[in-house]
Formats: sequence, C-alpha cells, structure tokens
Amino acid sequence: MLWIVHIALKNIGRNPSRSIISMASVFFAVVLSTLAGSLKEGIFNNLVNNVVGFYSGYLQIHAKGYWNERHLDHSFKEEIGLQNKIRQQNHIASFAPRLESFGLVASEKTTKGCLVVGIDPIAEHNATQIKNKLKQGNFISSNDTAVLCTEGLAARLNIKIGDTIYVIGQGFHGSTAAGKYPVKGILHFGAPQLNNQALFMPIAAAKNLFGTENRITAYVIQIKRPDQLEAITQSLRKDLDTRYEIMNWGEMMPDIKQHIETDSNNMKYVQGILYLLICFGIFGTLIMMMMERRYEMGMLIAIGMKKSALILMVIAESILTVMSGCVLGILGSIPLIQYLHRYPLKMKETTAKAYEEFGFEAVFPTATDARIFWEQGIAVLMIGIVLSLYPILQIIRLNPVEALKKSK
Amino acid sequence: MNQTVIDTHHISKTFNPDTIPVYAIQQVHLHIERGEFTALVGPSGSGKTTLLNMIGGLDKPDEGNIIINGTDITKLRASALIAFRLHHIGFVFQSYNLIPVLTAKENVELIMLLQGKRKKERDETAARLFEQIGMAEKMDSRPARLSGGQQQRVAVARALASHPEFILADEPTANLDSKSTANLLDMMEQLNREANMTFLFSTHDQRVIERARRVITLVDGKIASDTAFVNPDNG
Repeated sequence: MLWIVHIALKNIGRNPSRSIISMASVFFAVVLSTLAGSLKEGIFNNLVNNVVGFYSGYLQIHAKGYWNERHLDHSFKEEIGLQNKIRQQNHIASFAPRLESFGLVASEKTTKGCLVVGIDPIAEHNATQIKNKLKQGNFISSNDTAVLCTEGLAARLNIKIGDTIYVIGQGFHGSTAAGKYPVKGILHFGAPQLNNQALFMPIAAAKNLFGTENRITAYVIQIKRPDQLEAITQSLRKDLDTRYEIMNWGEMMPDIKQHIETDSNNMKYVQGILYLLICFGIFGTLIMMMMERRYEMGMLIAIGMKKSALILMVIAESILTVMSGCVLGILGSIPLIQYLHRYPLKMKETTAKAYEEFGFEAVFPTATDARIFWEQGIAVLMIGIVLSLYPILQIIRLNPVEALKKSK
Repeated sequence: MNQTVIDTHHISKTFNPDTIPVYAIQQVHLHIERGEFTALVGPSGSGKTTLLNMIGGLDKPDEGNIIINGTDITKLRASALIAFRLHHIGFVFQSYNLIPVLTAKENVELIMLLQGKRKKERDETAARLFEQIGMAEKMDSRPARLSGGQQQRVAVARALASHPEFILADEPTANLDSKSTANLLDMMEQLNREANMTFLFSTHDQRVIERARRVITLVDGKIASDTAFVNPDNG
C-alpha cells in the first residue's frame, strides 16, 4: 500500500507544473474563502463592537422602566450588594456605573443639545476602552471637575482644550442642573451619532450637576464570552429583584441588531457563491488532470494495474495536493488577513453614509481568529475530497482500449 | 517440443452492431507457438490493433474463444483479466509508453511492484534487464531524457519484467528513426533467440516485416495470408 503513496508523491513532485496548477486552485480557494469568512466575522464583530464596545456594553442594568422613559427619575441607588451580585456572575469581564442625561451645552459662541454622561474613568475604560478614544488633551480622573468633549461636538461648539463650557439641564426630581467645566480632552468615536453629541465627566461631578446624590442610571456590563450573552442575561434576571431591568444590546437596539443580522446573512450568500466558484475552479483542474492522464491511466490498467490501486493512487494524490494547497493557502492568507485587519477596507460615499446613519463606522475589518483559518481550510479540503470522486468515477468507467486509442 | 501460447478459435468482433456495423475481426483462427517472432500486417483499418487488444485481454470478442497458455481469457471476469495480463502478457505500445514521472528503472520496477515482488528481486531483475537492453547507464533517467528508441527499449524491458508468456507490441517502431528501429529489432530478436521470448507485433513498417519469421496479413478483419519463414533473414 505504501508504494501507492510513494508513486503518488512522485507524481506530485516530479510534475511540478501540473501540481502547481492543482495546488494553486486550492491555494486561491483557501485564500478567498478565508478572506470571505474573516470579513464576514470581522464585519459582524465590528458592527457589534460599534454598538457594545464603544458605548452600550453587551448588557445594561437600569431601574425598571428607564429604557422606555429615559430620565433621571428612573435612576437607582448604587449598592454594594448589587455590585456583588454582578461580580458573582460567570463570564463578566467588567462593569461600569453611568449617570446619563440630556442637557444643553454652550460655548462662548454657540449652544447645542447633547448627551451628558457621568462615568467612573477607570471602570469605564475597563468596560469600553474610552481612554483609547482620546484624540487630544488628557483623560479625566475621578476627582476632576473637567469634561471630555467628543470631536464632532467640539467642532460644533468651536472649542479647544482648556476652553470652558456651560451645561444646563434638568436634574433629579425636576431640579435645575447647571455647571461650568473646563475641557480636558477631545474624544473620537467611530460611531458618528455618538461622536457628534456626547460629553463625558467624572460620575461624581455628574451626580453633583444633576443632584442625584449616589444614584446612577445604568451599569454597563462587558462579558468575556459573547456566545454566553443570553445565559448571562437570564442569570442576572433571576438573581436581581424586580426593581431592575436587565437588557442586552439587541433588546436595547432591535433595529441595529436586525441591520447587523441582515448584513451577516448577506455575507453568508456571498460566501455560498464563493464556495460554488471554488468548486468550479477545483473541478476544472480535475477535468484537466484527467484529460492529460487518460492515456497514462489506460496504459497502467492495460499492463495490469488494478483499478482499485489506481483509484487509491489518485485519492492519495488528491488528498496530498489539496492538503498542501490548503496549508499554503492558510499560510498565504495570514498576512493578507492581518493587513486588512490593521488597514480595513473603508466604504465611501453612499455606502458609508448608509452605515453612518445607523451609527456604525463604515469600515470592513477582517477577523483574525485562528478558528476562521482552519475552518475555511477544512471546508476547502472537504470540497476537494468530495470533488475527487470525479476522477474516481472516471477511472471506474475507464476503458483502456478507448483511452489508448483516443490518445494515439 | 513446441507449445501453443496463443490460440484463437474463430473470434469475431463487430463495432456499432446496432447502427452501421463495422466487422473489425471475422472468424480469425490463429495459433502462436512459444518462441515465435511474428508480425501482424495489413492496411489501416484491417483489424490489427483490435486483434492484438483481444489477444491481450484488453477487449473481448463477440464470438469465439482466446486460449492463452491453456486459459480461456474470454471467460475471465474483468478483475481476473487484469491480474492475468499482469502475470502473463507483456505490452509495448506505439508511443508514450512510459510513466513520465518515473525513472526508467522505476518504470520497469512498477510492473514487479504490481506483482508484489520484493525490493531485492526488483532491483536484481531491473539491473539484469537494463544490462540486456544495453541501457544500464540510463536506468535513473526520466523518459523525457531518453530518445524514442531508448524509451521503446525500456518499454520492452518493462514488458519482460513480469516474466510474461509473450509480448504484444502495437506498432512499436511507428515513431522511431531507422537506426532506433534497427537497434530495437536487434534487441527483440536477441531476446527471442536467447530467452525464447515470443513476440507478436502489429506493424506497417517494411523494416520490421523483413525481420519477422512469420508474417500474418489481415485484410478486412480476416487472415488473408499466413507465411512462415525458415530463417531470421526471411529466407
């Protein structure tokens, strides 16, 4: 049996042009399929990250009714017991308190409505990496009475680092909220909606501004395992009493969830078409190989090689060729995927606007999860092995007299 | 004592029997004894290759029997026929005879591999055969590096490697120049003379016909003449 593999290896090694053509079809199939798979997952992750990573978190805990009627009267007290219950859940990566309300922000020249967000700077950074979004100036600390202004809002207000802004709004139980704050830093968010209208300040300063004492409007929770989101949501609902509402990002933003799912499904169709093209590519190579080797195979059967041995030889060749192509394809796709992860494809004009309207960055980064590479490699390997049935069928039907005659 | 190695009993073969029938072979009755050096001649379409294919077990007659060394090969099933060819019949084809990715030695060894022979025996037989065909120094060359004549000599060595009852050669000199043809025929004659190897070859080539000791002429699928010559020089 080993001699069959030995001859198969010689067929591969000593006919480099044929082997290269066969391997190239598999190589490009793996590269394209990995790219499609990686883009599909990368785009999905990016869209979810736009939503959860930049701001909302995977989960939020509010006072019951807050999400439908978002004002400070639906805030709740920060309690150690509640924090402990959150910490006790499995797969929780971090959580951060927030006090959010709307207000008017004014510079010397203009006024604009904005979202005022009180944050615990350290906890917020752990949850949403907000520090990484700092474009100019310095980040705030817990004791500061300064603010971080988003890039779009700063442009509208025509302010820069060190300028003073005035915030006016409605505080807890209808009180008046007013304060003036120096701008300590400018933040850049990918999601344009957030980038144009948010103001961040330390949570203590926000509590002071809105007069909520130790009340907050939300705990923003990040999780380690996105696939466990539903389980964590249910567990929190079970463990926390009915004063709280626990909402995951899909429940908070159903329209965005639907948009992401539609996008992801569209990529599945693209990938399906790609697999079809891959099948044709590999099949074409196999047809070419069989045409070229018809005489050789006819002659081998004529001199006494059993068809079963010939089939085993062709299977060994196919598996070795497809596997080599797969390995090379995976190795070849790594730099491409890494490059497109670091420098993602950017949409322009109409497409970009459509994405930005939903609050997404119009970029298509690739995902670099190792699983994508071997999953796509195995998918193409399976396609290759299934298509190898074609030469097997041809050998079963091969009539040596016809094969020798037609090649004369 | 003479021994019949090939015995065809009134074999016939018709192609396209349901449309436009072509009577390729009609009632051919033929005996070939061990040690014969026989040429099958005739114009194109006379049925030479069809007859060789049937004698070689590559094709089956519609009528009649083919007895090879006592075995009726027309009654063998496909897999048994492949095994029979492997152990009893040597083939030399017109061209593209060798596996291009294997060296000359590996091509010769292949048939012994198929027979399940051990490496030591394969090596010894290959070395002896390459010595016999005068190509010991070319054993490790791939077919593309050999001339047409050299390739045909390797093909004869491969056919001999299985220790067949006889060798069937379908127009073995068709693509060879005069010198290569002469060399190949010298070698085949030598093997016939010294090893008593039986050769049956189809040919158009007058140079081959002149060296044969028996010439069977086929016309329209029938034996038109069958002439035996007393000496190797065609008497």
